[in-house]
Amino acid sequence: MLEIGLSHYLTVAAILFTLGIFGIFLNRKNVIIILMSVELILLAVNINLVSFSVFLQDLAGQVFAMLVLTVAAAEAAIGLAIIVVYFRNRGTIAVEDINLMKG
Amino acid sequence: MLYVLCVFMPLIGAAIAGLFGPWIGARASWIVSCGALLISALISPYVLVNVGFHGHSLTIPLFNWFSSGAFVVDWALRFDALTAVMVVVVTVVSCAVHFYSIGYMEHDPHNPRFFAYLSLFTFFMLILVTADNFLQLFFGWEGVGLASYLLIGFWYEKPSANAAAIKAFLVNRVGDFGFALGVMGVFLLYGSVGFDAVFDATEGKAGATLQFLGGEFHALTVLCLLLFVGAMGKSAQLGLHTWLPDAMEGPTPVSALIHAATMVTAGVFMVARLSPMFEYAPVALNVVAIVGASTAFFAATVGLCQNDIKRVIAYSTCSQLGYMFFACGVSAYAAGIFHLFTHAFFKALLFLGAGSVIHAMSGEQDMRKMGGIWKMVPVTYTMMWIGSLALAGVPFFAGYFSKDIVLEAAFAANSGPGFYAFWLGIAAAVMTAFYSWRLLFMTFHGAPRADERVMAHVHESPKSMTVPLIVLALGAVFAGYVGYDVFVGHGQKEFWGKAIVVLTSHNALEAAHNVPLWVKLAPIVVGAIGIGLAWYMYIVRTDLPAMLAAKLRPLYLFLYNKWYFDELYDRIFVRPAMYLGRELWREGDGTIIDGLGPDGIAAVTRNLAAKASRLQTGYVYHYAFAMLIGVAGLVTLYLYRQGG
Repeated sequence: MLEIGLSHYLTVAAILFTLGIFGIFLNRKNVIIILMSVELILLAVNINLVSFSVFLQDLAGQVFAMLVLTVAAAEAAIGLAIIVVYFRNRGTIAVEDINLMKG
Repeated sequence: MLYVLCVFMPLIGAAIAGLFGPWIGARASWIVSCGALLISALISPYVLVNVGFHGHSLTIPLFNWFSSGAFVVDWALRFDALTAVMVVVVTVVSCAVHFYSIGYMEHDPHNPRFFAYLSLFTFFMLILVTADNFLQLFFGWEGVGLASYLLIGFWYEKPSANAAAIKAFLVNRVGDFGFALGVMGVFLLYGSVGFDAVFDATEGKAGATLQFLGGEFHALTVLCLLLFVGAMGKSAQLGLHTWLPDAMEGPTPVSALIHAATMVTAGVFMVARLSPMFEYAPVALNVVAIVGASTAFFAATVGLCQNDIKRVIAYSTCSQLGYMFFACGVSAYAAGIFHLFTHAFFKALLFLGAGSVIHAMSGEQDMRKMGGIWKMVPVTYTMMWIGSLALAGVPFFAGYFSKDIVLEAAFAANSGPGFYAFWLGIAAAVMTAFYSWRLLFMTFHGAPRADERVMAHVHESPKSMTVPLIVLALGAVFAGYVGYDVFVGHGQKEFWGKAIVVLTSHNALEAAHNVPLWVKLAPIVVGAIGIGLAWYMYIVRTDLPAMLAAKLRPLYLFLYNKWYFDELYDRIFVRPAMYLGRELWREGDGTIIDGLGPDGIAAVTRNLAAKASRLQTGYVYHYAFAMLIGVAGLVTLYLYRQGG
């Protein structure tokens, strides 16, 4: 029977983190996907925090995880709101079309 | 005190009219400036009587101008006979012109400015004639040049007026350059620029030499010639005369005051003032005589064919200035100044009369579009007759006395330049009479050539214009008779005193009274011939001028185009200068300085910025990627440092 240890958790977190990063810059379609990828990255960090908290018998990690969840919720709300406004103004949220900052 | 007041009243008038003109209004401006001038003009006869007739020459020191080592210059007013005569001429003519301008410039919106300039000019002219040293003379000299520039360009909306003003300024610069060199040379030779110091030392310097342009020359000749170049510029002598006819773009009172009576005679005054120096430079004197005579002849020929009423008189002025110079050139300075004195009256009269005609003709200056108006402007007509009679040297008018003595002195000088001047002067006298009466006949007689609207509007000028004309006419009639004895006759030695120095060997003026009878009669006879010829050509056979012009077409064109001086200068000086200027601007300034300087730096910056901005794609994920790479990089560096 395989013992699920710290390294497994960390591996999952690393995979999720990498997925999130690739999700940000390989994605060519939708800004919402970027938002989701950011959530993924935050979750990966959360997994890290919680697993180290258990491993080190220190509750501070889990408290931080709660804080990160709150921030992530707020961030998602603001991000979605921005996207809604943006869509109203420009009629699109395709990543390719969001290039006003082009030099 | 009165003397100082006489010189400075015009400055006060100019300051008030010029600085406060917009607030006190046109009426107050001319009251102030005319009043100031009137005070000066009333003081001036007192000055003449005291200084000239009673021989109380004096110098009034004002204050120190600058002193640098041995180079000390003071402001001072020098009053001797020569100055007194000039002060009378300047203030009286200026006063007449001021009053005349009240009527003439009535409708001009810039009235205060005009009066301020006129008064300022008068002040500078007075400073010029009362100068006690070369630098103060130069100050006045440049001051009148400035006033002349301002007044020629008075109607600054007119491009031609601006061009004429700039031309006058530039041509005068050429002369002033000579003058400035002369003044420096005087300091080099004498170690002082005060008139008294220089004149006292001149006899001892008669043999001195001077290094100039790499050669060793007779010092006084070089200095006198350089100073004479200045006089040529200011007095519009042959070669530097081109600005004077163009200066007629200015208002007519200006032409009368500056370009006929006073400023242009500054050169003659200067030569007379420096007579102690010129006397010891016979070569320079000969040059003065030859240039003067050539100018007298040249300008008279050009005057024959001009159609602009003011230009005819302008060339006539040029020609008469030539007379004054050749009188000085044969050491008859007194005769030159005498002619200056009478000329100031009748030429100002002619100019103001012409202004009155122009006023009557609604601004028309072309004589071909005048004619037949003599009954409508009787006063102006009479005044123009008096002026012309005086100019042509008809007996007992002012010009008769002065022109005769000038020609007789030239003859009596008994030298090559003297005879040259005499014969050219006689030839110029014929032409003077001819063009004066041509002007009278074309302007006042014959069938009217103006259109009906203008003819219906022809009217005599207001009192403020005719009264100054009458005052000047009195001068034009009597100035010669009154002045003859004192200026050039038996009383002349006592009158001039030390103001004019003539070596005993240069006795042209005394000898002038003993010339053969035919020499005395010649000017009158040729004057009559000229008048008769004009009468025949412009009253009897009116088809003759056109026929002659067609027959002698090359000659006519040559004279009509003023001997092609303007074209020549345009080719030699103006166009190369313009070309050089344009190339320096395009190549030197545009390509090199701008190219490497501001424009170049700006271009490099813009280039780099364009390259940098291409990095900015505008895609959010590119920025995110860059951020992550950055984070990864930083973390790697951090770990590496920790590990290392």
